Amino acid sequence: MSIITARSLTKTFLVSTKKPGIRGTLRHFFARSFSRVEAVDCVEFDIEPGEIVGFIGPNGAGKTTTLKMLCGLIHPSYGQALVDGDIPHLRHSSFLKKITFVMGQKQQLIWDLPPLDSFKVNAAVYGLTDLEARKRIHELANMLDIDDELKRPVRKLSLGQRMKAELMASLLHRPSVLFLDEPTLGLDVNAQIRIREFLSDYNKKFKATILLTSHYMADITSLSRRVILIHKGKIFYDGDLKKLTESLSPSRSVNIEFHNIYPRQELEQYGIIEEYQNSYVRFLIPREKLSLSLTSILNRFSVKDLEVTDLPIELLISELFKHGKTQNVNIGS
Amino acid sequence: MKFFRALKALLDSQYALMLEYRVEIALWAVSGLLPLIMLGIWVEVDSSNFVELSNEQITRYFLSAFVVRQFTAVWVMVSFEEDTLEGRIAPFLLQPIIPFWRYFTSHVAEQITRIPIVLLMLIVFFIFLPDTFWIPSLLHILLSLLSIILAFWVRFLIHWCFSMLCFWNERASSIERLLLIPYIFLSGLVAPLNVFPNSVKSIAMFTPYPYLLAFPAQLLSGEKVNIINGFAMLIIWGIIFLCISLFAWNKGLKHYSAMGA
Repeated sequence: MSIITARSLTKTFLVSTKKPGIRGTLRHFFARSFSRVEAVDCVEFDIEPGEIVGFIGPNGAGKTTTLKMLCGLIHPSYGQALVDGDIPHLRHSSFLKKITFVMGQKQQLIWDLPPLDSFKVNAAVYGLTDLEARKRIHELANMLDIDDELKRPVRKLSLGQRMKAELMASLLHRPSVLFLDEPTLGLDVNAQIRIREFLSDYNKKFKATILLTSHYMADITSLSRRVILIHKGKIFYDGDLKKLTESLSPSRSVNIEFHNIYPRQELEQYGIIEEYQNSYVRFLIPREKLSLSLTSILNRFSVKDLEVTDLPIELLISELFKHGKTQNVNIGS
Repeated sequence: MKFFRALKALLDSQYALMLEYRVEIALWAVSGLLPLIMLGIWVEVDSSNFVELSNEQITRYFLSAFVVRQFTAVWVMVSFEEDTLEGRIAPFLLQPIIPFWRYFTSHVAEQITRIPIVLLMLIVFFIFLPDTFWIPSLLHILLSLLSIILAFWVRFLIHWCFSMLCFWNERASSIERLLLIPYIFLSGLVAPLNVFPNSVKSIAMFTPYPYLLAFPAQLLSGEKVNIINGFAMLIIWGIIFLCISLFAWNKGLKHYSAMGA
């Protein structure tokens, strides 16, 4: 049974519009005009307990608005969301104790006090005993590899240390459903890796369900097998990340370094030549012809080195959003 | 029980935070000198010509008003507006305790931090004007303490109700300036209520304002005052604004668009 369900989930905002210049300003002052913005448009999906799902889309696609509806921060204009049997926007205390919403750009820690003070407040708010709170702080601190920093004022911590402390504050009550909005935003590569490892460990240890948005594809590829793609408020792909890669990139990139230099015309029959530099050639070969082409190349030419790779997922998805090819991807593929 | 534990933890953390801001709080306390300035003016013009109070009584009234004002200061509209606009309110809305208590404990913590500062200011005042020194009776101290707590609660609720407008409007705190006008004139901050014409005074007595400052100040200064009426009005206004705030909170949350979050 699904732990997160979205059915026809829709959010419409009324946004005031104003033309530039003094005439526009005066007109706006006396008669405001509004336009309706469909931030999220009939979104539907189910997420199973323990799943980690990547929620991908360009800026303004509706990712954060969807997360805000699922965690109960805002009311949907239409449709329904269910999270572990609860209607989120009713914000029942029992529901709030089961979820957390971490926003990469926002923090709940008290800026001028050490994180431990904020943890103490959160522990009391979520009804943890002192002993329980101490145990959990110790456990999370170990998992995140943070210790003395928790006694320093938040304003003195680095961005990475702050994010770790923020995660601790958000997970102290041990929620079973995590909504994460850009949790690695602005962090250096090492801190990003640490946060990813931690989220993966938390998911395994507590069987938590995670819905994650990130503009860093490495977050998505290292954590989730399933992705949901959203564009202009509509979902256009919900399924396996690997299958998405395959459908977006029907060819694979093959880099070959030959012992000799071969004429370009002789090599063109095996695939599209993307790069040709003396003895180094980069091909794009359709997946279905890959083994046949490689066998022929290895039999006919003297090969020094060979590498087969997929095109980077960032590139594929960015091209997808850039060229508006979203309708070409089959939902549920 | 769990609720009170949470409240205590919030108060502890807010108190720790306020101690970090102690210089700022001292400056805020000093900026609340208006009743003492008014005291100087009223004594200078010989108040007995305008109100049925001797110079000694007027001195005690404004000194008491100074103390009451220090411990009924409310700025929740400004904090709530900032937090709503910048999205800081979002994580607190997802915790199983409504953000009201965060702001409330923050105010209480600030007022606890003010206690030594206000005491120091009073000591300095009495050193320079030793003739004005008096010690209220224990009964008056206890009654005025209770009235200050209730007055703070009512004033906080009034401001909290108007803070809910932040869910609809991005600049709701401008209303705070509007609320300040009736507070200055009807609460007895610039002049004792006796100075007003009877018609204005009788209208004022139906508003919450005289009970937010003049009533606790009169109790503390030992002036004759209708105690039952004063406490009854504070309780009635407290209930009215509590109901309005609950209604406005539920309506506001439905309208909340989580801007900035």
